[in-house]
Amino acid sequence: MELTEFVWLVTKALIMISVIMGCAAYAVLLERKVAAVIQGRPGPNRTKIPFLGNIPVIGPIITRLGLFQPAADGLKFLFKEDPFPKHVNALYYLLAPLIAFIPAMTTMIVLPVGVYTTEAGTLAPMVLANLDIGILFILAVSSLGVYGIILGGWSANSKYPFLGGIRASAQMISYELAMGLSLLPVFMWFGGSLNLFDIAQGQNELLFGFLPQWTIVYQPLSALIFLVALFAETNRLPFDMPESETDLVAGYNTEYGSFKFGLFFVGEYAHVIVGSGAFVLLFLGGWNIPFVTYPEGILGSMLSVSVFFFKVLALVFFFMWIRWTLPRFRYDQVMALGWQRLLPLAIANLVFYAILIALIEQF
Amino acid sequence: MATKLVERKPLSLAEQTYLPQIVTGLKITMKNMLKPPVTLEYPEERPEIPTGYRGVPTLVKDPNGREKCVSCQLCEFVCPPKAIRITPGEISEESENAHVEKAPREFEINMLRCIYCGYCQEVCPEEAIFLQDIYSLSGFSREEMVFKKKKLYEIGGTLPDNHFKWGKKKDAELSGNPHH
Ligand code: SF4
Ligand code: SF4
Repeated sequence: MELTEFVWLVTKALIMISVIMGCAAYAVLLERKVAAVIQGRPGPNRTKIPFLGNIPVIGPIITRLGLFQPAADGLKFLFKEDPFPKHVNALYYLLAPLIAFIPAMTTMIVLPVGVYTTEAGTLAPMVLANLDIGILFILAVSSLGVYGIILGGWSANSKYPFLGGIRASAQMISYELAMGLSLLPVFMWFGGSLNLFDIAQGQNELLFGFLPQWTIVYQPLSALIFLVALFAETNRLPFDMPESETDLVAGYNTEYGSFKFGLFFVGEYAHVIVGSGAFVLLFLGGWNIPFVTYPEGILGSMLSVSVFFFKVLALVFFFMWIRWTLPRFRYDQVMALGWQRLLPLAIANLVFYAILIALIEQF
Repeated sequence: MATKLVERKPLSLAEQTYLPQIVTGLKITMKNMLKPPVTLEYPEERPEIPTGYRGVPTLVKDPNGREKCVSCQLCEFVCPPKAIRITPGEISEESENAHVEKAPREFEINMLRCIYCGYCQEVCPEEAIFLQDIYSLSGFSREEMVFKKKKLYEIGGTLPDNHFKWGKKKDAELSGNPHH
C-alpha cells in the first residue's frame, strides 16, 4: 500500500471516529433533552463556556439548548474520583469497559454513510471498509460487546453486577437468533447480497418499474422483529435488563465510576447509533429517497450523507422516545417474548418470504 | 363479606402483541413533548407563596413599634419539637409600655428543630408570632441557625393589626376605668 493511500485511510478513520464519538456525546444530550420535554422540564440549559457563551444572541440560545453540556459531562467523567473497589478482579475489571467500548466503535467501519460517483462514473459507497459480508460483520462484532458487560458484572465480584451480567448474556443469546433470522428475508429479497451498500442501493430501484422498494414497506414484519431485537441487543429500555436500576442498583456497572463508567456509557450510545445506521440501511432505504436522484459530484455526496444522517437521527430519537414511554419488561417476559414469540415469528416470516420470492421469480 | 368476582376478558390478538398499547403510549408522550415545561427555573423564578403558607416562624411588632410578645411562654410549651426557648424579662418602669409588665429578654427559635407546624402562631394570645412566607433557609453552622430575638424581629417586621389591645388598656387606665 502506498504511503499517501495509507495516510488517507487513517484520516478517514479518524474523521469517522470523531464523528461517531461526537454523535455519541450529543446523543447523551439528546437523551436528556428528550427525557426533559416528555416530563415537562426544560432539561440541561445552564452550562456555558466563557467565550462562546458570551456571543450576543447566539450565545444564550446555544446555552439554553444545552449544547455545551456534553463538554461538561465529559470533563466530569474524566476528573471525578475514580473508585477502585478492593474486592474486584483487577485485570478483568479494567478490561471490561474497553471490551464493551471497542466492538461498538469497530462496527462502524462497515457502515456506508453516503454515495459518491467515482471517476469511472459508477456509484461507490463512502465507507471505511466495503466488506461483502458487511451485515454479518456487524452482527458478529457487535455481539462481542456483551462480553464487556458480562465481564464487568463478573469481575466486580458483587451480586447485583453479577446478576446484571447473567441477564445480559441470556438476553443476548435469546435475541440474536431472532435478529439474524429476521434479516434473512431481506438478503433474499436483494438477490442474496450481504453487502450493506448493495442492499441500500437496491432499495432505490423500482419494483415493477414504478414502486419504490424500501424494505420496510415490503417486509414490515422483518423490520419489526429486527427493531425489537435491536432494542434488546443495545440494552435499551424496555429491555435494559442488565442495568434495571430499580432491582439491580445499576446492574453490571454498579461498581464502576468516572471514566470507566463513561466508556460503558458512550459504548451504549455508539451501539445505538450504529444499530440505527444498520436499520436505516437495511429497511429505510439508506440515503435514498424515492424518485430522487442525487446530482453528481460533491453536492450529491453531501446530500446523500445528510439524508442518511437525518434518518439515523430520527431513529435515535425514536429509541429515546420509546425509552421515556414504556416501562421495563419483567425478566421472564423478556425471555418469553424472545423465545416464544419473536423466534417462531421470525421463522414463519422467513418461510413466508422464501416461498413468496420463489413465486415471484417463477413468473 | 360478599365477594364480587370481576370478569377478566382474555386479551385480544392485537393486545397480545402489545403494539396498539405502545402506539397509544407514544402518542401520549408526543403530546407531552409539545407542551411547554411546567417547572420553574428556581433561582431566577420563584413560586408564588399562597396565603396561609407556613414558613419560618418570626416575631412581629404592632404598628406602633411595640413588641407584642409578653413572654407568656405558651408557644414554648406547645412547640412539639421544643424549638423555642424564652428567657422572660420585666419591662422597666420608665418605658411607656410599662403597663404590659413583661417582655422576653431573649427569644430563641432553633430553625433546625422547628417543624413548621404553626402551633406557636395558633396558641399565641398576643398574635406576636407568625409563620411567614420564607421557605429557603440555610446557614453554615448550627449556632447560626438558632435565631435570636433581634433576628426574629428583623425578619418578622410589622404586621397590620387594629386591635391595639395594650394601647386601649392604657387609655382606659388613664381615664380611670381600667376594667372596661
Ligand atoms: S410569642 Fe406569643 S405565645 Fe410565645 S411567649 Fe410571646 S406572647 Fe406568649
Ligand atoms: S412552628 Fe411549630 S415547631 Fe416551629 S416553633 Fe412554632 S410550634 Fe415550634
